[in-house]
Amino acid sequence: MIAELGHFALILALLTALVQGSLPMIGAARGDAAWMALARPAAVLQLVLVALAFAALTYLYVVSDFTVINVAENSHSAKPMLYKVTGVWGNHEGSMLLWILILALFGSMVALFGANLPPSLRARVLGVQAWIGIGFLLFTLLTSNPFLRVFPAPADGRDLNPLLQDPGLAFHPPMLYAGYVGFSMAFSFAIAALIEGKLDAAWARWVRPWTLLAWVFLTGGIALGSWWAYYELGWGGWWFWDPVENVSFMPWLLGTALLHSAIVVEKRDALKVWTVLLAILTFSLSLIGTFIVRSGLLTSVHAFATDPERGLFILILLLITIGGSLLLFALRAPVLKPGGLFAPISREGGMVINNLFLAAACATVLLGTLYPLFLEAVDGSKVSVGPPFFNATFVPLMVPLIFFMALGPLMPWKRADLAGVFARLKLAALGALAAAGLTLYLREGWPVLPAAAMGLAAWLFVASLVEWGGRIKLFRAPLSDSWRRARSLPRAAHGMTLAHAGMAIAVAGMIGASVWNLEEVRNLRPGESMQVAGYDYRFDGVEQIEGPNYLADRARFTVTREGRPVAVLTPEKRLYPVQNMPTTEAAIHTTGVSDLYAVIGDSDGRGGWTVRIFHEPLVPWIWLGCLVMVLGGLVSLSDRRLRIGAPKRAKARPDAAQEPIPA
Amino acid sequence: MRALAVVLALLIGMPAVALEPDEILPDPVLEQRARELSKEIRCVVCQNESIDSSNADIAREVRLLVRERLVAGDSDQQVLDYLVARYGDFVLLRPPVKPGTYLLWFGPGIVLLFGLAAVFFFFRRQRAAATGAASLSAEEEARLARLLDDPDAAQNNQPTAPAEPKERR
Repeated sequence: MIAELGHFALILALLTALVQGSLPMIGAARGDAAWMALARPAAVLQLVLVALAFAALTYLYVVSDFTVINVAENSHSAKPMLYKVTGVWGNHEGSMLLWILILALFGSMVALFGANLPPSLRARVLGVQAWIGIGFLLFTLLTSNPFLRVFPAPADGRDLNPLLQDPGLAFHPPMLYAGYVGFSMAFSFAIAALIEGKLDAAWARWVRPWTLLAWVFLTGGIALGSWWAYYELGWGGWWFWDPVENVSFMPWLLGTALLHSAIVVEKRDALKVWTVLLAILTFSLSLIGTFIVRSGLLTSVHAFATDPERGLFILILLLITIGGSLLLFALRAPVLKPGGLFAPISREGGMVINNLFLAAACATVLLGTLYPLFLEAVDGSKVSVGPPFFNATFVPLMVPLIFFMALGPLMPWKRADLAGVFARLKLAALGALAAAGLTLYLREGWPVLPAAAMGLAAWLFVASLVEWGGRIKLFRAPLSDSWRRARSLPRAAHGMTLAHAGMAIAVAGMIGASVWNLEEVRNLRPGESMQVAGYDYRFDGVEQIEGPNYLADRARFTVTREGRPVAVLTPEKRLYPVQNMPTTEAAIHTTGVSDLYAVIGDSDGRGGWTVRIFHEPLVPWIWLGCLVMVLGGLVSLSDRRLRIGAPKRAKARPDAAQEPIPA
Repeated sequence: MRALAVVLALLIGMPAVALEPDEILPDPVLEQRARELSKEIRCVVCQNESIDSSNADIAREVRLLVRERLVAGDSDQQVLDYLVARYGDFVLLRPPVKPGTYLLWFGPGIVLLFGLAAVFFFFRRQRAAATGAASLSAEEEARLARLLDDPDAAQNNQPTAPAEPKERR
């Protein structure tokens, strides 16, 4: 019953989307207010229907209804409740439903809070959103329906992949999807603007917060995924340049570029055509990210053939969406009038540099990710593109980006004086030298490159603070005066400082983790010790424990440093009997500047165990930096001018004019 | 995120996890070279995994093979060449630079150059537009057109609309 209800609600949602995608568009073309107005209730209704379908599937998982194939294949009665619920999106069909739910959620937000949008723009934005919805609903209903029954029903389910039974991964997909789908807003606004033939500051005022929200989610989602890989896979690594990671990273790179170019559109009415193109490309990459992972295309071209129906559908959907929107762009972009002019050396110019390097970085990741497929299709030869390639091509693009990232915020709009900017960066240069010097002092062997890299991170960090300090006249005016200035500074300015500083922290973490991580593999018997990076790890032994749906060997290590206790680490090796699958649960103790990381391997049958100890300097900073970046995004989102239903422009103008003029 | 890779590796079946203590060479210098080299070599049955982190049986075999060659006195390049002769370019995580991979290796640089060229032309066009616009702004041009079209509008307009300072330069 419930499954059929969910199925039915999903079909109704498709019909609603068809109405929402057609009538308001026609209304907007004809100037018919009543038809245009249809878009809003339709968007809300669509949300209600999709939410109903999603609730139905969730219910089926909660009560373990194994007459439904999807539940039987991905759940188990003994699974903890948390993972029963998160298991809803831990599989292909359910994750598609989640995607559609988030899309409907975003669409209804435009409907509910878009009162200050021009009616024709609103109708068109919702129309485009509905088109996307139609594509996904059709795909789900025709090829990936989660509500199908199975007869006879199995006695119990096949369980969720144990690797996914983890809080980190439970919330990684929804965040990633919220990011992907969030970029659909920028896309819909871009397409609507192309149809409308008009794009102004009000457009950018809407697009920016949505892009920022999507960016916040995507940043959080990627960070969460990377963190999960770090503590769950037991390899001590945090980023593998795996295709699955790359496809989520590409929209992030372009989305970050979009975030910056949208600011130029809002503040200066410039870079409009480019911003529209970025919006289209960013969402296209999000679509590719969603589908490529699901289709198995990345394993091999041949995987596509194992499920030709799905694969073909995906290909056609991508072709229509990406090809169609690029065609529309080619036809209509010349209509958009170029706006404000600026000199190459200016805030806008800085954003152009940012966009240039981010786009090139994105192209690099795209090339590396798809090249093996491409080459195999062209001449049948097989190559592998792994981390060594990305380290050799991607990293060199990041170096100038981070260098210029320090300069950009210090430059005024329209025209900047480079000498003046560098004069304000004396402190940052000092910070860079100090960080590089400290690195050389602390690490033996004269590590010139890592020292330079740490200097670069410090350069960005200090420069971000200098810019912020300059705005509030820190140490140049009485502290109370600075405090008052900080209070009246737009939240977006605080947000930028946080995001840039967070990036610097994350970069420092990445450098430390890549250059100085240590790994020791040893065979230890209980009572024996090993020393890694000055810490003594005493292996106390292994005990067997029983979890709710797994068995585990839990090892115990007492970690001391020069005799003083530091931590007790209890890594586990679990076996999930339903899928007969082992997983490793690393034990991690963080000191704030480094992680002590222990993994227990197999017993050699003679009392010894394989023990893997990693020492990971600065690793925690990666996620700390991401957290600060996300925080920066949120602070910026809370800016009064960006909030949904923000006051009309007349009221927003004064502080907008005040803000971008650094002393 | 590498769940798939792990699942795949598990399906192929092996109890061991990555590098095992019994594989480690007594000579720390050679062992260090072996580890570095292992990160460049793909586990041929895995999804984009190096033999260093893979737990597949074949990865272990190749790890042992690499160490064997190093002990026998091979240089790093000789070890890689040996593996390429056995498994093809597929085994290298850093693809070789050859005609088939020129696009891969030089693509990022080409994209950057194209981008730089686009930025250059953007600013040049903007400068050209700026000198053109200095004489007449879009608004002024529109007003001029109106004036030329309709002399009445000109009379109505003149007292009320002194050119709006809309131009943002």
